[in-house]
Amino acid sequence: MPASPYSALNRRQRLTASFKPKSAGNIPRGLTFAAVLVIIIMLALILGNVIWGGATTITWDFLSSPPEDGMEAGGIFPAIFGTVALVILMVIAVLPVGVLTAIYLHEYTNSDSMITKIIRQAINNLAGVPSIVFGLFGLGFFINFVGGNLDKIFYSSAGPVWGQPAIIWASLTLSLLTLPVVIISTEEALRTIPREIKDGSLALGASKLQTIRKIILPQAMPGILTGAILAVSRGAGEVAPIMFTGAAYYLPYLPLKLNDQFMELGYHIYVMATQSPDIEKTKPILYGTVLVLLLLTFVLNFTAVIIRSKMRRSRAHG
Amino acid sequence: MAKYKFKPKSRIKEFIGEKFIAVSAFAALIAILLIFIFIFKESLPIFFDSEVQQEASLDKMTFKQEYYEGREPKWAWQPESKVPKYSLFPLVLGTLKSAIIAMLIAIPLSVGAAIYSSEFANKKMREVIKPVIELLAGIPSIVMGFFALIILATIIQKLLGLTFRLNVLTAGIALGLAVIPIIFTVAEDAMTSVPRTLRDAALALGANPWQVSMTVVLPAALPGIGAGVVLGFGRAIGETMIVLMASGNAAIISASLTDSVRTLSATIAAELAEVVFGGTHYNVLFFIGTLLFVFTFITNLGGDFVLNRLKEKYQGETR
Repeated sequence: MPASPYSALNRRQRLTASFKPKSAGNIPRGLTFAAVLVIIIMLALILGNVIWGGATTITWDFLSSPPEDGMEAGGIFPAIFGTVALVILMVIAVLPVGVLTAIYLHEYTNSDSMITKIIRQAINNLAGVPSIVFGLFGLGFFINFVGGNLDKIFYSSAGPVWGQPAIIWASLTLSLLTLPVVIISTEEALRTIPREIKDGSLALGASKLQTIRKIILPQAMPGILTGAILAVSRGAGEVAPIMFTGAAYYLPYLPLKLNDQFMELGYHIYVMATQSPDIEKTKPILYGTVLVLLLLTFVLNFTAVIIRSKMRRSRAHG
Repeated sequence: MAKYKFKPKSRIKEFIGEKFIAVSAFAALIAILLIFIFIFKESLPIFFDSEVQQEASLDKMTFKQEYYEGREPKWAWQPESKVPKYSLFPLVLGTLKSAIIAMLIAIPLSVGAAIYSSEFANKKMREVIKPVIELLAGIPSIVMGFFALIILATIIQKLLGLTFRLNVLTAGIALGLAVIPIIFTVAEDAMTSVPRTLRDAALALGANPWQVSMTVVLPAALPGIGAGVVLGFGRAIGETMIVLMASGNAAIISASLTDSVRTLSATIAAELAEVVFGGTHYNVLFFIGTLLFVFTFITNLGGDFVLNRLKEKYQGETR
């Protein structure tokens, strides 16, 4: 126990001091409040600037047409399309695995077993791996190892078919990155399901698997949905993992095959912000793209928050 | 006798289903092992291939090298030069510089805000702070990088009267903003989970509310706050897009805050696309990736260890 700042004072002083809570608490209160204010101001500065700079750019034309004149004119439709396709593939890959992991951890093992502890630590550590390392892994594993071997086995003579950057590899890379998000969110939902419901189902003669399919999964649906939405929001904002695994500067076509490359909002921002020959000309489009990405992530996050709070409220009443 | 409805067919189904679930559950574990194996595999030539070691051995990447005869030995990162130079020292220094600036900004702001939120704020204020932090956490790092590159860089250049727009200070500040939600969340959680009984005891002994905060809650939550800082530091070291866009990416060795830096993560992002597959440069970039992986792995283990200990310590007392 560290010494109280008052231990140096004599007893009488201490008594007087302790009866002046207001004056004594004002300085730390003010200082910590200042910290809150600074954070709010910085956030307002970022959001205000993006909205101010991007609001006038966003028109239907901007959202629905491809870039023109080296990205100094036109819209961002291919980037929006690419982002949507990317996250859909990602969700298809990550959702089943994430949900099953959560079910295994919560329904099949007790939380003190060694296996559970190891898996949990792996999930935590996976969440902490830097996104650029996921990019390296996507290149080394999916493209060079998996894709390269597929080419060797099935397409021996032709050029690379699967052993090259492609939307499937980028989305698989992202699905590893977002796996912890889905697991954690599903587990939270599983935890809120009352024991009695499960016991009731088992007592009526349903097997464990039937209970999971018919009782637990439907009850956990809001949590699973929240996890999927949060994963999409996270995945849509990541650039480092897709830089080498499939994202392209500019493509005249939309990604319609699994081994096509694709344009993506975040990568589009990066390219326009850092490699544009004339940043002043690109700026309105750049701001517009940032605003679209920001709106996308915020709307998704907001939806997740609402679903989650509804889920908690309905459980509290039930 | 009632007929057993689910028999024999469903038993096989049950068995297969359960095994399938169990196998899926190992995905995260397998993923993290595969990540390490495949990143590390590509950096192996640095340890075993003598041809690669001519240019980039552990020794050459760490210590000053005499690259040209008669000239002073130095640290340099110039992989595309005629005499390729793979010293990691400038990159490590740049990474530490930007991460330390980020922490100097993030720690006071996030810990301060966490103390305010858990100790001083009323319910209404808390309902403002939480969404603000969540919004900040929801900003993708590419948008934070954009903010640093387009807006923050201009502000700092004007304030300090600098010749160049991009420097480690700009990148560090933006990085700090990205780290704030991590430290805040962990620190606030640590403080609110200090058992009521401890607070009540102190109050009953005559301490006023802020004395309780400073002498009871804060010391009790200190390990948790420390864990938040460690996790935030790990994130700051590994963050890529912000530093790639805002730091200027010149591998300069200096102590100045207004010089450009090149970080480990940004080096991978900037160079991997142009590198010859399987060449020395390629191996070195994967080696850098291994370093980042191992470092963040350790910070995560450390942070989690402290948080778990804290949880166990207080779990019994809250009830």
